[in-house]
Amino acid sequence: MIWQLDLIFCIFVIICAIAAITIKDLLAAVIILGAYSFFMCLLWTEMGAVDVAFTEASVGAGVGTVLFIAAVSKTKRRSKD
Amino acid sequence: MIIKRTIDMTRQSDDVIVKTLSRLLIPFIQIYALYVIAHGHYSPGGGFQGGVILGASFILLVITFGLDNALRRMTERLNTILCSLGVFIFAGIGLLCIILGGNYLDYGALDKIFHVGIAQARSLGILGIETGVGIAVMAVMTSIFLDISTGGLPSTKERNQSD
Repeated sequence: MIWQLDLIFCIFVIICAIAAITIKDLLAAVIILGAYSFFMCLLWTEMGAVDVAFTEASVGAGVGTVLFIAAVSKTKRRSKD
Repeated sequence: MIIKRTIDMTRQSDDVIVKTLSRLLIPFIQIYALYVIAHGHYSPGGGFQGGVILGASFILLVITFGLDNALRRMTERLNTILCSLGVFIFAGIGLLCIILGGNYLDYGALDKIFHVGIAQARSLGILGIETGVGIAVMAVMTSIFLDISTGGLPSTKERNQSD
């Protein structure tokens, strides 16, 4: 429980989340969402919830990213809005 | 200008580095997944996480070696059977506990068939449950990926490619 580390990870999580929803390139958004997942995983680990962090790393950053990339590869890469 | 660029994730990769590296990596990923499932009682991890990692190894196989090679190793039919088998193991162990006189998923009742003591019977029961969860999650993750990346018809695509 180091509050400085908590703060740094929280800031990175917020930056990644805002970047993921504002960027136009959907493939880049997926990769940033993977980075968001990894920072979230670090935050869970730092708070002592190792099991949740494990799930976040394997599902959020591992399989979720692959599923999103598969969905992007079936549709268009650029978003209109 | 619209950039028309489609990536077919189920095509076999041409890169020798990617193929060699994934051939080396896939067995270790699977061993690690089995470790996570088997040590789920007393360390982080368990059936769900191990199953996801096992499914990820199969997804890596599809991405690098193509859908045809992957479906030759694990067909859609086997995938569906594994989906149901995992749920069957989970519910079966739970119902076995009811039959042996306990509550649903009360592993202590399994002592009557294993004869290893109540604590050890609970440990074995949890291992059985997590094996079932791992099998089901692995099959479902693979199935979701195949459905998304092929547009819902993996076996039809395989048939069209072989023609």
